[in-house]
Amino acid sequence: MRHLLDARDLTRADAVQVLDTAAEMAATQSREIKKLPTLRGRTVVNLFFEDSTRTRISFETAAKRLSADVINFSAKGSSVSKGESLKDTALTLQAMGADGIVIRHHASGAPHLLAHAGWVDAAVVNAGDGTHQHPTQALLDAFTIRRHLADRGVAGSGEGFDARRGVGKDLAGLKVAIVGDVLHSRVARSNVQLLTTLGAEVTLVAPPTLVPVGVGTWPCTVSYDLDATLAERPDAVMMLRVQRERMSAAGGGYFPSPLEYSRLYGLDQRRLATLAEHAVIMHPGPMNRGLEISAQAADAARSVVVEQVSNGVAVRMAVLYLTLAGSGTAAPVPTSKELA
Amino acid sequence: MTAQNRPVLLTAARILGGEPQDVLLADGVIAKVAPAGSLEVPEGALVIDATDKVLLPGLVDLHTHLREPGREDAETVLTGTRAAALGGFTAVHAMANTTPVADTAGVVEQVWRLGNDAGWVDVFPVGAVSVGLAGEQLAELGAMASSAARVRVFSDDGKCVHDPVLMRRALEYVKAFDGVIAQHSQEPRLTDGSQMHEGVVSAEIGLRGWPAVAEEAIIARDVLLAEHVGSRLHVCHLSTAGSVEIVRWAKSRGLPVTAEVTPHHLVLTDELARGYDPVFKVNPPLRTAEDVEAVRAGLADGTIDIVATDHAPHPVEDKDCEWDAAAFGMTGLETALAVVQETMVETGRLTWEDVARVLSTNPARIGRVDDRHGRPVAEGEPANLTLVDPTVRRTVDPALQGTMSRNSPFAGRELPGQVVATFLRGRPTVLDGEALAPAGEPAPQGTIA
Ligand SMILES: [Zn+2]
Repeated sequence: MRHLLDARDLTRADAVQVLDTAAEMAATQSREIKKLPTLRGRTVVNLFFEDSTRTRISFETAAKRLSADVINFSAKGSSVSKGESLKDTALTLQAMGADGIVIRHHASGAPHLLAHAGWVDAAVVNAGDGTHQHPTQALLDAFTIRRHLADRGVAGSGEGFDARRGVGKDLAGLKVAIVGDVLHSRVARSNVQLLTTLGAEVTLVAPPTLVPVGVGTWPCTVSYDLDATLAERPDAVMMLRVQRERMSAAGGGYFPSPLEYSRLYGLDQRRLATLAEHAVIMHPGPMNRGLEISAQAADAARSVVVEQVSNGVAVRMAVLYLTLAGSGTAAPVPTSKELA
Repeated sequence: MTAQNRPVLLTAARILGGEPQDVLLADGVIAKVAPAGSLEVPEGALVIDATDKVLLPGLVDLHTHLREPGREDAETVLTGTRAAALGGFTAVHAMANTTPVADTAGVVEQVWRLGNDAGWVDVFPVGAVSVGLAGEQLAELGAMASSAARVRVFSDDGKCVHDPVLMRRALEYVKAFDGVIAQHSQEPRLTDGSQMHEGVVSAEIGLRGWPAVAEEAIIARDVLLAEHVGSRLHVCHLSTAGSVEIVRWAKSRGLPVTAEVTPHHLVLTDELARGYDPVFKVNPPLRTAEDVEAVRAGLADGTIDIVATDHAPHPVEDKDCEWDAAAFGMTGLETALAVVQETMVETGRLTWEDVARVLSTNPARIGRVDDRHGRPVAEGEPANLTLVDPTVRRTVDPALQGTMSRNSPFAGRELPGQVVATFLRGRPTVLDGEALAPAGEPAPQGTIA
């Protein structure tokens, strides 16, 4: 894997390889000494043009656990019209000898430009660009779903944390509902592509104002009715964050009121009770409790929101390993022994 | 006698693609047209073998951004008009969105003089509709009309005259001097922050959409306003199938509505945005393949009157960046004729006679410069002419173009046809495909008061 820019670039085999590698990484993380020597001497730059402490810390932790040198480069505040351009920043990082650049940017396509404009030799990992893609989020979501659901029905599954549960498998036959602001969500775009590549059936649920024109070609179903979608017994329900500023957008906002939004699209207590027994609740965070998700749902036993965060580190370790350590896609999946 | 003012004999030229004829240019006019091989070479004449080449009236662009004054880092009147001559143009209408805005007689006269001094083509400044393009108050349209630049085309291009009352007043006001309002049709509220055509591609690649309806709603409104007040309306760079339908309907009602399409909207689609290369970022945005087909059909059946370049040069740094941060626009003067040849002539949808109509006669008439430009290729007419070799194929290299800027969406693409020579009042501005430093003779004053 040269770069990771777009969930669509991953074949089923690529995606399973990342998830399997992540499983090995996760297995090492239950040990007392979590640090692996794999990327010793390599430099990973976290280039963040947009605030996201959670994502930056996740990448930083992942890189450090692989023994990479980490440089945090926050370019926030250098807006597009003034300040240092992406090109100049890239040339600086190239001069500093960055081996990998993890980029978060408010403009869709900025990671693509960074990877392909000829400014840097580094591997580029997209940590979220505009309303386009957030592929490591999709991978950690897929990893979480697989761990919980891919072995369902197999004896002995479901007890304790076994990082390797589901290894080698995809998500064939699983139903995933993604609920909320699809229009502005890079998480939704990445997940639709990755989860369907892995064989899952995805249904997007949102008010029509928060679904993009042109969604018809996406490999998923679109629903405006959360209750109807939940009645089809999805295996995983992923709630997307609804930004408060969507309320005050042009034309008076995308929906009439928070109250109406939660009534129609929130995962409240009533809806929580209708979920299948094995179904998991997911959220990329940060949550708006009381808007898209009720406290009961967020804190329910079936909520895997906290586990998503820890799986995020393992998945990002896998992505950094696969883009930086080997010679590309041919890199073998390391076992925990090899990684140690 | 210099190459600049001696007689020119074109031998065996195919006027508008017709039978080979000899054409003699002298004293700024077409002195003689006769069957091939029948004309003697006058003493001192420049003889050009025009065998198999097509002779057209000099092209007229109704929509050029020359950027001067204000953005001389992107283009100047001199470089932009040189690019125009290389593209086969003998006249361009220079858009008003300069700094300062061309909203006074002073600024339009400055641009007009710069054009005369450069001498590559005739420059006809477009006046702003509103003061500072702010869309709030009419600019002094009358003063610009009666200035030395004798402005007849008014436009806030780059911005839409959005206020329906202001648009109505502008349409009415310019009737006094037979002017026309050229509208950049873009409903601003529906396109706030828009980056590309709203559809399948924008949904996928996460760029803010610019819906077709934002163009069509304004065109529909303006057509109805023009009908109500009985004024001329020109629709700039229409880009959608729906826009073609609305203009077709307007024409079926006999309304004085004209429309233009750009070369890029005749061939490029929104699929090109997938690589996030801002060279494909333009306003109105590249649309779908269905829209491309609709504008070609509209141009073929006369619904769309003209092709205009919307030549929009930008310095490298304004395109060498993230898509969202990049400027809108692409260069076009030096590729326009080639794109029309490829998309319309080679597909059998237009003849060379039609090409002369959409790239010369009609734009000259809309801009009210048809006393000098867009004339028949016939004895006694001004020798504003373009000689094209349609058999050549060339690969576009922006570094070799006359424009100062490099933002051609056709870079690296092979296009047919080559402008061999361009004549402005009989004087070659381009010869053998190369620009000739002009003598800087002044253009005559307009004959329309
Ligand atoms: Zn425009």
